[in-house]
Amino acid sequence: MRSGPIAAVTLWWGGRSALQATILALVLFGGFLLVSNTLANMERFGITPGFAFLEHPAGFEIGEAPIDYRPQDSYALALLAGLLNTVKVAAVGCLAATVLGVLLGVARLSGNALLSGLVQGYVELIRSTPLLLQLFFWSATFQALPAPRQALNPLPGVFLCNRGIQLPAFADGRAAGWVLAAAVLGTVLALAGTALHRRAGRRGGLPGMTVAAVACGLPVSLLLASGVPLRIEVPELSGFNFSGGTTVSPEFSALLVGLVVNAAAMIAEIVRSGLQAVPAGQWEAARALGLTRGRTMRLVVLPQAMRVIVPLLTSSYLNLTKNSSLAVAIGFPDLVSVINTSANQTGQVLETMAIMMGAYLTVNLAVSAAMNLYNHRLAIRGWR
Amino acid sequence: MTDGVLEATPPANHPLPRWRRLRTSLFGTPLNAAVTLACLVLLAWAVPPLLRWSLLDAVWVGPADRCADAAGACWAFIGEKLRYILFGLYDQDRHWRPAVASAILLALALVSGMPLFWRRATLGLWVCGLAVAVLLLTGEPGGPAVPTESWSGLPVSLLLAAAGLVGAFPLAVLLALARRSRMGGVRTLAILFIEVTRGVPLIAVLYVATLLLPLMLPAGSAIDKLLRAQIAIILFVSAYLAEIIRAGLQAIPAGQHEAAQALGLGYWQAMRLVILPQALRTVIPSIVNLAIGLFQDTTLIIVVGLFDLLNTARTAAKDPAWLGFYDEAFGFVALIYLTVCVAASRYSLWLEHRLQR
Repeated sequence: MRSGPIAAVTLWWGGRSALQATILALVLFGGFLLVSNTLANMERFGITPGFAFLEHPAGFEIGEAPIDYRPQDSYALALLAGLLNTVKVAAVGCLAATVLGVLLGVARLSGNALLSGLVQGYVELIRSTPLLLQLFFWSATFQALPAPRQALNPLPGVFLCNRGIQLPAFADGRAAGWVLAAAVLGTVLALAGTALHRRAGRRGGLPGMTVAAVACGLPVSLLLASGVPLRIEVPELSGFNFSGGTTVSPEFSALLVGLVVNAAAMIAEIVRSGLQAVPAGQWEAARALGLTRGRTMRLVVLPQAMRVIVPLLTSSYLNLTKNSSLAVAIGFPDLVSVINTSANQTGQVLETMAIMMGAYLTVNLAVSAAMNLYNHRLAIRGWR
Repeated sequence: MTDGVLEATPPANHPLPRWRRLRTSLFGTPLNAAVTLACLVLLAWAVPPLLRWSLLDAVWVGPADRCADAAGACWAFIGEKLRYILFGLYDQDRHWRPAVASAILLALALVSGMPLFWRRATLGLWVCGLAVAVLLLTGEPGGPAVPTESWSGLPVSLLLAAAGLVGAFPLAVLLALARRSRMGGVRTLAILFIEVTRGVPLIAVLYVATLLLPLMLPAGSAIDKLLRAQIAIILFVSAYLAEIIRAGLQAIPAGQHEAAQALGLGYWQAMRLVILPQALRTVIPSIVNLAIGLFQDTTLIIVVGLFDLLNTARTAAKDPAWLGFYDEAFGFVALIYLTVCVAASRYSLWLEHRLQR
């Protein structure tokens, strides 16, 4: 057997060169026809092909932009705002759906017949109705909330009304960014410390308390050093609306709740099947060793179940990210909604559609690459 | 604590009577009792208001002003709007056409659920049935033509799902075979198509079909909007179906390929007579699950302005004379989807057990 790049290509290409060349040529020719038709049609309508339109002022409002965006800003900035909105919903949604889904999955397996029956009913109801219907339902629910004056107050400082959810927030806008950055830094340092400690082959000692101290202490000391006031403001009714705190819009709330409730049902099933895939003998062996139920779960069952759960969880995250495109139907300005408006305004359909496909493929590939990395680690640890 | 655990999981060879098992499961340990009480509180909080709204205080018949005074649901609204929710903008006097078309599609789905009909002739039955349903909707034979803009409601949902699955089938088989082919060029093309399609949301594919497809065609030619959505759905589903079929192909032992070769069968003969029939049979439950998802996903055609079952219900609730009965409209449609999808998923479970034997 010869090796080298030429041999590798020959091996990849396989046989039947004439047939393959014909198929490739047909596909390329078809693609060429479609693109040349598009360009001809665009010329007919007087649209210049290319991405120059991205620098033109967009001229439309975006209801809630995570960055500073005004209608006189460029299309590029509008698209970025839409993309960030999509990423925001997807990130918060995945996190919340995982927490809720794991709780439900464990509840489904609890010995309590009433609890597991309730969870089963929930899962069945969610899985048997279209997601768009659920989103319409949540959208209608959030719009039917009382006016600010009669706002519901489920927790101190939290108000629900038809203008959205009012939450307490830092009085100074910069503080939130600092807290987030410091928390991320603290977590990364703590994880790195644990990994180094493991690498050194030591057991006991450092993790636990030390890690927690680093993860919490670092953000706090950084914040104190930054000099930004850390006062927290509680929303208060003034006139016809709330002031202070932060507002989550009804559209975002409806989208987030809908996506989380939907994905949590799928994740609950994944967690259940993962836990059930661990043989009962493992539970019995752990009990014979004198481990409590909690320790058995944490040390014996979960590590094995995770190997079943993680690949399926990845596809759940990808689904949630793709499903966030339904935002366009309930009026949240996500990527698809901004793209749609841009395409209709400029006529640059080919370019905008290419951007949309490219953005979703990039986000999906990133999520799946990160999860595969994690999955790989799990699998290797299992084999050792 | 340990005693509680042991008590909670009695040995399987001494089954306790049902009520004692239930009592242990609900109140066996203090934790279980607390969980049961919490669940009961939740139910007591949620169920009575729901029952009062949907049944006790509901208005079942009568005009709109009777509903305005009632505290409960207005099911009279559903009665009044039933034909609109089911058939939408279709000409009032000829509602029998969408009704018969829907019945044909539902009957086809029921018939193909029986293992007796898992044969090649059923595919022909589907093609004929779909053709008849489409003809009925267009107004043929003997009737003025009905433009696809006024096709709406249940038949559109059923048609898009059924034609989506049947249309995607040949493409999906080719894609699955190409993805497992030893020819690198063809394999790469198949992988590219499948991964790109699975990586973007259905809404993106629908937008591409409705906005970009007209631009891609030579000047002067046009494709109907519903047909464009149908093409988008077929392409989208074919990528997912191809992966299911690939899983089925992987489950066929290599010996089957070798035996087919030893009998002197060529590649296509072996596939058609030996490999594919076995591969497809093993993945029927997965295909049923895909069909359930597809039936639900057809609701997304709302975003390109087409009227499926969900959209007709939403539009019905916008009628100024019966304003704002969204809960009733969505509840009714949810009930339809729930019935169809729960039945289908039960069927899928039954099938899995049957095929495992």
